[in-house]
Amino acid sequence: MKVDEATVRHVARLARIKVTPEQAKALEGELSAILDWVEQLGEVDTANVEPMTRVEEMALPKREDKVTEGSIAGQIVKNAPLTEDNFFLVPKVVE
Amino acid sequence: MSELTGLTLAEARDRLKKKEITAHELTEAHITALEAANTALNAYIVPTPDKALDMAKASDERLGKGKGLPLDGLPLGIKDLYCTEGVRSTACSGILGDFQPVYESTVTQNLWAAGAVMLGKTNMDEFAMGSSNETSAYGSCVNPWRAAGSDKPLVPGGSSGGSASAVAARIALAATASDTGGSIRQPAAFTGTVGLKPTYGRCSRRGMIAFASSLDQAGPITRTVQDAAIMLRHMASYDPKDSTSANRKVPDYEKALSEKVKGLKIGVPKEYRIDGMSAEIDELWERGIGWYKDAGAEIIEISLPHTKYALPAYYIVAPAEASSNLARYDGVRYGARVNGKDIIDMYEETRSHGFGAEVKRRLLIGTYVLSAGYYDAYYIKAQKVRTLIQRDFNEAFGKVDAILTPATPSAAFGVGEKGGDPIEMYLNDIFTVTVNMAGLPGISVPAGRSGDGLPLGLQIIGKAFDEETVLKAGQVIEDAAGRYEAPEAWWLSETAPAKKAKVTSKTKAKTS
Repeated sequence: MKVDEATVRHVARLARIKVTPEQAKALEGELSAILDWVEQLGEVDTANVEPMTRVEEMALPKREDKVTEGSIAGQIVKNAPLTEDNFFLVPKVVE
Repeated sequence: MSELTGLTLAEARDRLKKKEITAHELTEAHITALEAANTALNAYIVPTPDKALDMAKASDERLGKGKGLPLDGLPLGIKDLYCTEGVRSTACSGILGDFQPVYESTVTQNLWAAGAVMLGKTNMDEFAMGSSNETSAYGSCVNPWRAAGSDKPLVPGGSSGGSASAVAARIALAATASDTGGSIRQPAAFTGTVGLKPTYGRCSRRGMIAFASSLDQAGPITRTVQDAAIMLRHMASYDPKDSTSANRKVPDYEKALSEKVKGLKIGVPKEYRIDGMSAEIDELWERGIGWYKDAGAEIIEISLPHTKYALPAYYIVAPAEASSNLARYDGVRYGARVNGKDIIDMYEETRSHGFGAEVKRRLLIGTYVLSAGYYDAYYIKAQKVRTLIQRDFNEAFGKVDAILTPATPSAAFGVGEKGGDPIEMYLNDIFTVTVNMAGLPGISVPAGRSGDGLPLGLQIIGKAFDEETVLKAGQVIEDAAGRYEAPEAWWLSETAPAKKAKVTSKTKAKTS
């Protein structure tokens, strides 16, 4: 699978990672090599195979839908780079 | 090396219980040794000596009253992947900045509840993505082992390089680690230590900084198989706060070690005899087979036909899950932020500065394989291959109790030696990654030395949730190969020109 520079830029945008033109150029080769290498999975016949979801059969546990550990807003925002009154601050989004 | 730092976890535990030593003495001996070694090894990125002494004091009080807990007073290294309350936890990534968790991971909480002492946070590859500990934002960690007659610095393996280096260098009695594709077993093999990756679900993932959620599993690095048994018992638990945690009783693994291995059926998979395998590794494996025969086990040739597809499937599944897990690092809720001209630009700048090159590469691969139109062709295809890998193991386990393989394709390599080609680095995990793909338990045990005197390991793979057999079988290797002596403490005699914890521009990213 050949990844071109435009695809690298598109994927980088989706991943929200800024890449310089030089980085994009280098990544073009690296990503192509990795995707070429995983291409060998095409040899495996998986026509009637289910994708693996867990190591052994186990039902996902459920719990009642209620707040069990509330009132910790201060702890939640404690590590944020910028906050005000227990709100996260971000650059203006709506004009 | 002080006599106290040379004890095994089990010996230290027994001597504390008999009041022959105190937790304070033991902890202080480790802190002294750590301070003398860490500039050269960079095994710890956040030492916590004050916290260690406080914890040791509490242990001594309990032990003094005859109310000692199972791990009371035993000093451990904690991989930086685990959230530790009030102690910086970053998975060695710049993007987490100075993140100080407000809660403790379940695994470390279990260890502290059992009385263990924290010496500090250990170095690792950034977000556990690496096999050499060279992708850490805090600089490479160095292997305490060197080739005979050489002073070339070697990698400790990765991603749990700091934990492995610390345990091998006697600056921790044992350490926590984590394994997504081989990150416990490969560094253990490179440093002459024991590395145990339990069954997926055995230990809670709560509070472990996520890499690939369907593969990540906590486990210990220790100096003996018995110590691994002790550690696992106190790391494992059912945790309602991790929906993939297994609701099963945690057995007394130490007890299993005294069981006989006579009649045990050991499988030897022919697909692990890969092209170009070194004669040294092949001989090691043959020697291992001989040890099991001598112990009265039966050797059975088995086939795991999908082995060669495990690594390429891993490099779809793991990056895909990582791209989803690491989406949370957006410069808003925690960690570093780099400002931009608008919110999207802020995200992009933050992530571009905060992540290292290998992490970015994997995030882009992961984003690509999950992007519109490719999901079925890549991710679902890889998950189907996983089913086939699991099926291979299930069939084999119809005939055998455990499987014996080499742990790594080579001994430790030099720092900076494998930087150019990502796939060359990925191949380090060729013998370990199948185990993660199938969710099984595996252990790497020191089994011999390379021609130039470096440690080599053998791996035992077991059935799901049968860590007891894995440990019991691992003990056979240790009994036959003998425990390793400590590596020569060259860091004490050299004014080491080793790298200091390198704080990159990433960790200094503006936090406006």
